[in-house]
Amino acid sequence: MMKTTLQKIYMGLIFLFLYAPIATLMVLSFNASKTRAKWGGFTLKWYQALFRNSDILNALRNTLLIALVSSIAATVIGTAACISIMSLKKKSRTIIIGITNIPMLNAEIVTGISLMLLFLSLGLRFGLGTILLSHITFCIPYVILSVMPRMQHLSPYTYEAALDLGAGPVSGFFKVVFPDILPGVLSGFLMSFTMSLDDFIITHFTKGAGIDTLSTKIYTEVKKGIKPEMYALSTLIFVTVLILLILVNKAPGKEKGGVSK
Amino acid sequence: MSKKLIDLEHISKSYDGEQVLDDLNLYIKENEFLTLLGPSGCGKTTTLRILGGFATPDTGHVIFDGQDITKLPPNKRQLNTVFQKYALFTHMTISENIAFGLKIKKKSKSYIQDKIKYALKLVNLEGYENRMPDSLSGGQQQRIAIARAIVNEPKVLLLDEPLGALDLKLRQDMQYELIRLKNELGITFIYVTHDQEEALTMSDTIVVMNKGYIQQIGSPEKIYNEPENAFVADFIGDSNLLGGVMLEDKLVEILGVRFSCVDTGFGTNRPVDVVIRPEDVILDAPGKGSLDGTVTHLIFKGVHYEMEVTANGFEWLVHSTSMFPVGTRVSLHVDPFNIQIMNKPASEDEEAIPLEQQ
Amino acid sequence: MKKKLLGLPYYLWCLIFILAPLCMVFYYGLTDKNGIFTFQNVSAISSPEHLKALLLALVLSLIATFICLLLSYPLSMILCGMKKGQNSLMVFIFILPMWMNFLLRTLAWQTLLEKTGVINNILSFLHLPELVIINTPYAIVLGMVYNFLPFMVLPIYNSLAKIDENVIQAARDLGANSIQVFLHITLPLSTPGIISGITMVFVPALTTFVISKLLGGSKILLIGNVIEEEFTQASNWHLGSGLSIVLMLFILINMALSALFDKEGEGSFL
Repeated sequence: MMKTTLQKIYMGLIFLFLYAPIATLMVLSFNASKTRAKWGGFTLKWYQALFRNSDILNALRNTLLIALVSSIAATVIGTAACISIMSLKKKSRTIIIGITNIPMLNAEIVTGISLMLLFLSLGLRFGLGTILLSHITFCIPYVILSVMPRMQHLSPYTYEAALDLGAGPVSGFFKVVFPDILPGVLSGFLMSFTMSLDDFIITHFTKGAGIDTLSTKIYTEVKKGIKPEMYALSTLIFVTVLILLILVNKAPGKEKGGVSK
Repeated sequence: MSKKLIDLEHISKSYDGEQVLDDLNLYIKENEFLTLLGPSGCGKTTTLRILGGFATPDTGHVIFDGQDITKLPPNKRQLNTVFQKYALFTHMTISENIAFGLKIKKKSKSYIQDKIKYALKLVNLEGYENRMPDSLSGGQQQRIAIARAIVNEPKVLLLDEPLGALDLKLRQDMQYELIRLKNELGITFIYVTHDQEEALTMSDTIVVMNKGYIQQIGSPEKIYNEPENAFVADFIGDSNLLGGVMLEDKLVEILGVRFSCVDTGFGTNRPVDVVIRPEDVILDAPGKGSLDGTVTHLIFKGVHYEMEVTANGFEWLVHSTSMFPVGTRVSLHVDPFNIQIMNKPASEDEEAIPLEQQ
Repeated sequence: MKKKLLGLPYYLWCLIFILAPLCMVFYYGLTDKNGIFTFQNVSAISSPEHLKALLLALVLSLIATFICLLLSYPLSMILCGMKKGQNSLMVFIFILPMWMNFLLRTLAWQTLLEKTGVINNILSFLHLPELVIINTPYAIVLGMVYNFLPFMVLPIYNSLAKIDENVIQAARDLGANSIQVFLHITLPLSTPGIISGITMVFVPALTTFVISKLLGGSKILLIGNVIEEEFTQASNWHLGSGLSIVLMLFILINMALSALFDKEGEGSFL
């Protein structure tokens, strides 16, 4: 129970601050008038227009595809890397972890332009491929930093016990070690998915002309004036995510706190 | 001779619907080393926390030196606590840890310096002023925690199972240290533990608790030699706990055999509990004692042999410096003085804890 | 050793996609169009427009970081003080807005802050003066705080949650009142979280170009905008890289300061 009214007021104000723009977007998605300032009556036409707008739907499809592929790839590469890192000497381990931290500590704009320069000098054609490569690059650190603590807290003895009882190294890993690190792996996967879904800056520099994700599409629309279909889309996304997160958090055996971004 | 320093009156406390303490009444004298002893969940730590001010009783009062301090916050009480996991301030040096309470009281710099030196000398850690808590071993951290508490010259020191995390030898050394400290400082120690050996070693008074109730209060000798119910008999030391029938004063029937004893006032032909310590069972050749039996187990324990003898359907635990091999027929004898009669348990908390629950 | 091989894909990845690109930035930043070594791209920071952009970005991001800190600390304390079940719900509620697209959330503030926007509509309804924030640095700070607040809350919350309850009780036992407990125990022990939070807010705030573009109008240029334009519009990668090197310097200073204050590396975001 919150202790004082003062605390409640404070939380309430912050709550208001955080949700004001979201509420605005949701309201605008039902606004019959195109101008943002005036309320023109309730309508669902923007939602209908949304599903007919192939541009936006394409961008959505790209965004989801990129997020899924990069997070899966990042999770696999990252988890494998963790196993390897655990067997390294302290010095090498520190160096690798240091390098892993670079994309997280570095400004996104620098990461974006550096990757852009790399692709240019390699002569690669900008498009889905370069976007994927970039997303995987900034997703892997999240996986590693999620899985490593789990691996470090593992008792080496459970793995040895499995081997002692006759399991081979690979099946021993999957039967004994993997279930223990699974929460970290899932957490890393979800974080990668989230970061990729919402990414703008890095995608902006590495996408080239022919392809758009939701974020980059919105950016190009800014100058022209945002289509209300975008508001409808963002409302739908928000509601979907809300439902998903509620379901995930109510699922049995969930760790406390849910997924953090 | 010592006066009453603390009075706990009608203390009751429940957490999440569970009654942890029920109408507890206890007084503590000046300069006493009093131990609250009992299994996990018996309420001993809750009692300590109520004394320290970290928990408020649902009903009842805590009277300290004549004043009702029940609602007083911890920082205003004249007690100090040594926490189970030391709770040292990891971001401060040892000196800063020890000086913490004194700085709050706005003591002068030179006073604090002297006190730090004195405290470190008292716990045999001179020279450790500028070390960080993390660089110290468990035993050293424990001593710093004690030093940090006593520099504030409290009237009472509360200790919450402080030696639990230390290994055996260190624990024993620390036990002697604590007794020495108490005598040197001349203050009251209230000690919480589940280790009965520890309680027997250090205490002036032991308060045995179970399930929120006080089972018995007494000196270590009294608690050990004259337990008042099955729980206390079983919790303290090893025991042979039997059911018997009190035929008349000074005569009890156990396992069909009559034994002379020294207890009176338990009625005529009444069922009672009997406790006999293993070291008080004397083994001899068959026929020479009160009843005969066969040795079923033998373990060498260094200090003595531990044997199990089955006689008249009961497995007797025997400690003896004489050895009888497994399978030998023996007789058992107990001196009347060593047969302790107790009333049958009146409630669940007075019963001995069965093996599975321990 | 089989285990080491498992890491090979990642080690190669590090080389190609983390280290090599950084080298490229340095290469382009320190050479001119003909590949000759030069400092002019880096020293270009001292030109009036560039300096102005950098200083403005510095000032705004420092202000935003400070505001985030001021808002987050009490919030984290309140969250910590709540019972287990309740506080994960609260954390959830505060994280949820992050799931809305970053650009759209920032754009929504445009709608709220506009001259004829929602807030001004409400204000004029209440006969209060108009709020002219849009297209000023104030709006940019607001956008920064709005977007990066959770990045400050989480590390501080984690740091506070890690503090052992016994240590707080020990301090009270030794005579400290609530304020003293806060100053001498809580605050120092939460420092790793504060440092982590500052890093997670300052760097993105310093280098942003989206927030300034959406809420500052086309006239307010931060260093991020300058660099972005050099790459996408002017195609002057050398200049852009040179200016980025200057940016990275600030990031390095931030990292060094963090390491100084958080020697244990305890501050964590995850």
